[in-house]
Amino acid sequence: MDFSIILKTVGSLVMISGALSIIISIAEKVLNNYGTCELDINNGKKMLSVQGGSSLLSTLAGEKIFLPSACGGKATCGLCKVQVLEGAGPLLPTEEPYLTPQERASNTRLSCQIKVKNSMKLVIPEELFNIREFVCTVESITDMTYDIKRLRMKLPEGETISFKAGQFMQFYTKPYGKVKEEVFRAYSISSKSSEHDYVELLIRLVPGGLCTTYVHTVLKEGDQVRLSGPYGDFYLRGDCEELIMIAGGSGLAPIRSLVYEVIEKGLPHKMRFFFGANKMKDLYYMDEFARIEKDYPQFRFIPCLAFPDEGDNWTGDTGFVTVALDNQVDTGDNKEAYLCGSPGMLDACIKILKTKGFTDETIFYDKF
Amino acid sequence: MPNINPIIIFFASIITSNMVLSNFLGMCSYLSVSSEYKTATGLGMAVTLVLVITTALNWVVYKFVILPLDIGYLQYIIFIMVIAALVQILEMAMDRYMPDLHAKLGIFLPLITVNCAILGVTLFMVIRSYGFLQSLMYGLGSGLGWWLAINMLAAIREKLANAKLPPGISGPALGFIITGIMAMAFIGFSGIFTIQ
Repeated sequence: MDFSIILKTVGSLVMISGALSIIISIAEKVLNNYGTCELDINNGKKMLSVQGGSSLLSTLAGEKIFLPSACGGKATCGLCKVQVLEGAGPLLPTEEPYLTPQERASNTRLSCQIKVKNSMKLVIPEELFNIREFVCTVESITDMTYDIKRLRMKLPEGETISFKAGQFMQFYTKPYGKVKEEVFRAYSISSKSSEHDYVELLIRLVPGGLCTTYVHTVLKEGDQVRLSGPYGDFYLRGDCEELIMIAGGSGLAPIRSLVYEVIEKGLPHKMRFFFGANKMKDLYYMDEFARIEKDYPQFRFIPCLAFPDEGDNWTGDTGFVTVALDNQVDTGDNKEAYLCGSPGMLDACIKILKTKGFTDETIFYDKF
Repeated sequence: MPNINPIIIFFASIITSNMVLSNFLGMCSYLSVSSEYKTATGLGMAVTLVLVITTALNWVVYKFVILPLDIGYLQYIIFIMVIAALVQILEMAMDRYMPDLHAKLGIFLPLITVNCAILGVTLFMVIRSYGFLQSLMYGLGSGLGWWLAINMLAAIREKLANAKLPPGISGPALGFIITGIMAMAFIGFSGIFTIQ
């Protein structure tokens, strides 16, 4: 093979692709330069000055406002909807399949498809406004039981989070061992919603689970982890007199946060917290809930052990949590139920609650 | 350069040498974007526009870069790069200066980069060693021909949308059958003039 042919081939390809890239770069600078645009979010609540020329979704992400998006801007998931009152231009054919007539009438658009070319007026729901990404430092990893760890993470200096008790965060792992890709999983926040610079999660080791294995075996105190949130519609409604709370295992996390929210806000609701576990070794946070029960008569803590061992001296309820529920809750009148746990346990409890007169409108749950 | 009148090339590439109906090129977007007449019209316009510009540009690139450097064996790669770059720039320019048109056509432009009719026209132009004017007319004619074909298919599919079809032939299969029948019908024109 003649060396000069290789040289000529590589040389001409480099030259041509280089020339084309330069032309595209110049074209982008000239044609795609829309200068600085003003984004008016929620009627003047927040004003952003951004560089035009990118999609609204990525422009907002650059400003740390994360709209939900599963497809990454390809107009296939339809999640990144946002109301654009002014400055979005005509509806695009790529958006049409995802918008209902009502949404079209309210100027709802797919933010991944529209480009920021001029100043815009947007309406973004407050909850989404709150969703952000944090790179947190793991301050402590505490063993709560033999298979549940509590992760306490400090937010970056100067950043704060505000969430409703019961909501969850997404936790991103770094690649480790044989896991070559980042994975993320959702975990409920167990810390108080009044604590704005820390987030605590309770993570139970799931055999073979990519994320929980990472937390239980790889993660160390002082490590940096990426979180995003808060997400979810499992939070206190409070349109009643008594809250019936039911949890199993690490499902205790959002319930702990809810209990503190009711107490700290001085709400009048009575609370009963049924916590189901199999054995003594599965129980945790017992002292803390016993203390709350002592300090606040409105709160009652009812741990239920399904299979206590002989030597445990267990004096609390024995049997599945459904039994305690059936015996101790008489009617669903003026009550709301908040459940978090495994699907099996939740389904069984919801069945019992429905016989007591609870309805889909008064039962709130977070299945995992 | 063959001695054919560019006007003849223009009409021949619409009717007797239609990109879809006689060469079966550009089939993927032809079949997938033909369920609605309106969208098909948009795509047809975009293909025509891109075909005219890329054919002219690739003619210049072939004549003044590929031939002098004697790198004919790289022509596929170079043509594709030129098409991809051009489509990107075209999209940016359209978005900037003709936002209304971009809203209608713009989304089809990225699709067109990978449409083989575009590359096909450029390669036929090289093989048949057309001159510049002939290439330009060939590009324009092929684009209009492709547009005509997709609009015909879309019109027929819209008519058939409510027809009761055997489940096995609905969708792309029916598209092929319709295209085949149209192609046979177009053979009838071949007595008028041929260029290949």
